Amino acid sequence: MVFTEVLAFIAVSDLHYDYRVPSGEVLPALRGIDLIIQPGEFVGVAGPNGSGKSTLARHFNALLLPAAGSVIVDGFNTLDSGQRWDIRQRVAMVFSNPDNQLVAPVAEEDVAFGPGNLGIDPEEIERRVDAALEWVNMKEHRHRLVHHLSGGQKQRIVIAGALAMLPRYLILDEPTAMLDARSRRELLDVVHRLNRERGMTVILISHYLEELMETERLVILAEGQIRWQGTPEDLFRQPETLTALDLELPPIMELAQGLRRQGIPVPNETSQVEQLVSFLLQAGEAER
Amino acid sequence: MIEARNLTYMYRSPGVAPVTALDRLNFEIRRGQSVGIMGPTGSGKSTLIQNLNGLLRPTGGSLTVDGIRIETASKKQMSVLRSRVGIVFQFPEQQLFEATVFADVAFGPRNLRLAAAEVEKRVARALEAVGLPGEQFARRSPLALSGGQKRRVAIAGVLAMQPQLLILDEPTAGLDPGGRRRFLQMVRALRQEQPGLTILMVTHRAEELAGWVDRVLVLHEGRLLMAGSEHEVFTRTDELTAIGLQPPVSAVVFNRLRQFGWELNSEALQPEEAAKLIAGCWHKRMEEKAKCCGT
Amino acid sequence: MLRDLTVGMYLPGNSRLHSLHPGAKIIATAILMLAVFLVTSMSGCLVLAAVLFGLWGLAGLSPRLLVQGFRPLLWVLLLVLPLQLFFTPGPPLAVWGPLAISSTGVEGSLWLLYRLAALVAISSLLTLTTSPVALADGLEQLLAPLAKVRFPAHEMAMVISIALRFIPLLGEEADIIGKAQKSRGAALDSGNLGQRSKAAVAFLVPMILASFRRADELALAMESRCYRGGAGRTRLRRTRIGAAEILAVLGAAAVALIAGGRW
Repeated sequence: MVFTEVLAFIAVSDLHYDYRVPSGEVLPALRGIDLIIQPGEFVGVAGPNGSGKSTLARHFNALLLPAAGSVIVDGFNTLDSGQRWDIRQRVAMVFSNPDNQLVAPVAEEDVAFGPGNLGIDPEEIERRVDAALEWVNMKEHRHRLVHHLSGGQKQRIVIAGALAMLPRYLILDEPTAMLDARSRRELLDVVHRLNRERGMTVILISHYLEELMETERLVILAEGQIRWQGTPEDLFRQPETLTALDLELPPIMELAQGLRRQGIPVPNETSQVEQLVSFLLQAGEAER
Repeated sequence: MIEARNLTYMYRSPGVAPVTALDRLNFEIRRGQSVGIMGPTGSGKSTLIQNLNGLLRPTGGSLTVDGIRIETASKKQMSVLRSRVGIVFQFPEQQLFEATVFADVAFGPRNLRLAAAEVEKRVARALEAVGLPGEQFARRSPLALSGGQKRRVAIAGVLAMQPQLLILDEPTAGLDPGGRRRFLQMVRALRQEQPGLTILMVTHRAEELAGWVDRVLVLHEGRLLMAGSEHEVFTRTDELTAIGLQPPVSAVVFNRLRQFGWELNSEALQPEEAAKLIAGCWHKRMEEKAKCCGT
Repeated sequence: MLRDLTVGMYLPGNSRLHSLHPGAKIIATAILMLAVFLVTSMSGCLVLAAVLFGLWGLAGLSPRLLVQGFRPLLWVLLLVLPLQLFFTPGPPLAVWGPLAISSTGVEGSLWLLYRLAALVAISSLLTLTTSPVALADGLEQLLAPLAKVRFPAHEMAMVISIALRFIPLLGEEADIIGKAQKSRGAALDSGNLGQRSKAAVAFLVPMILASFRRADELALAMESRCYRGGAGRTRLRRTRIGAAEILAVLGAAAVALIAGGRW
């Protein structure tokens, strides 16, 4: 038992992957990635389109196999075809288009799809479906047809479906790309709660820096390699790195930067509107 | 260019209660203006767009676009309308279908029965406008391009019809920050090259409109909630947040500071100018404190 | 229109018919349809009709729905009825020049009307009380034994289920692509044949590409959720086969035999 716990993490070693285009060309997508994900971490992965973020994500659950190097999940090697299903049960994946992930017409039936594939007893499936729907606050919509749900609701059903597999790792590949501001916030709240209260290891791929500011560790990819790793606060202290990586500061931080340039000592970690406002108000009073 | 009087649109399906998507909208847009349209999901933005080029006809009220009354337009007028109003739908790269980039961009102009030489000219201009010039490129298959390139080809396809009214429906959806930046640069360049072009852009990011639109319309549940300059609209931060939209952060910060007595008399929505204004006020307050408490 | 095609037929309800196992309903429906063709006497007709009216009421369905169900049939009737009426050989009842109505013709037409009406009523009973999802489920369970002889029963059920899930979506997509191309001047519903074919290509190619893209992404999602084919899959809930189900099937058989005069 202790042995298994020691092996509870994802280890990516010198991962290489190439795409083959119909014309015969070979496009390198990942060029030597080394990465370790510890249990319970909340990791953000960012980078411009084409940097290899999605390709990397698909290696975590063996949808893609390394051309060179290895990916080991909880001691299971993705290259071992016999262990693929064990890996896929532990590593749940959420993609960006909710419609292209929902299989069944009725919400609760889609949530039951995953456990059904594992041959689990109907009573246990029902328990898991109940619990999963509860987590994502969609219990009252369980009997609805999925095509009547909003984008945010659909994506939450997708997450419920992932939770019903009782995974250890939750990989989200630009999950909010097609959602509006409110749905985005609701979804991220659910994911953060899962991480805090259930100890779920989360890997969030996004190019919205606002979302990534709330992670513990940031990995920035560019052209198939890791260009930068560290905490979000570290990154925002180096605006030159951001520009060099073609990333954009969230508007609130642009404002904070502008204020610093005007001689106001706004703290570097300021990333929320209320933080900035409080600082400005307090600093004004501090002189008394 | 556009005049809407009590514009109403109701969706009717058999066996389902009718849905009012547009509810007595009243607004005017002059030729050459750039207008931003914002609104939460379900506010009627798509329905409004489809009324503007006649895909849908108003079920109530009236809508006049470039002199043509949509609700009573004849088939011939509709044809004319299609050539004057260009719509770039969301994820426009999905409409690509031809064997070459050239053929796809030429689809629109060819449907207008233009001479081959004119079609060629327009296609070349359109591809240049979106940053994809050159004969080599025009011969490639649109389906083998990158996502960003596909989108630009699709936009070129609409520009090639040389519309007088260009409507963009969430044109930056799915683009990364670099792509978004490049797209907005392209729109600004377009405005400069064609000052008579009327542009309508639907977006849910206020920051994308700040600094270049003449007016902003905010829709909510089919009704026109706000209409005015970006300053007039974006400073109403509480109302915007209440309906689920995100106003520019500088507007929110300004309003919060004002609540505490800060004297910010003018508005700035861009971060640099906003920072200067806030800094100015901040330094002034520091001086006043020093004076009153004798440092 | 395409959006609610799959929902339109099914009316949720609490009747005994609604809660019956879908597989049992499918079998009973098949037996009753057979009965329609076994009936050859007047009394048989009345028995079957009485049973159908009774079931209709038991399901809590209004008679108006029955009438609505006949509407699509009108076209068929308009074509077939005159043929039956005028061209069946037999002792003539009335003559108008070359056209003659025979008594056998009238009889044949009445049987045709009766049988079509009965078939509509029986199939409507099934589709109005059983959701498409339940139907697919029931079909899968009935065909499951065939999986042993390599018949892809589970896969078929998955295909039907996914099709039901995506038909409304495809409808929406078709709408958008149609509008985008129409905005570029595509002559989807006007112009000569050449223009319309070009417009059709402009519509179909993106639709097909979108479908393939969707299928690819869905396959990835399904694989990620450990889908490996139909064998060994379990479902959320299974309606039990109980007394009501056995009664339904045996009852249908009894009606068939009585109405068919074979009892």
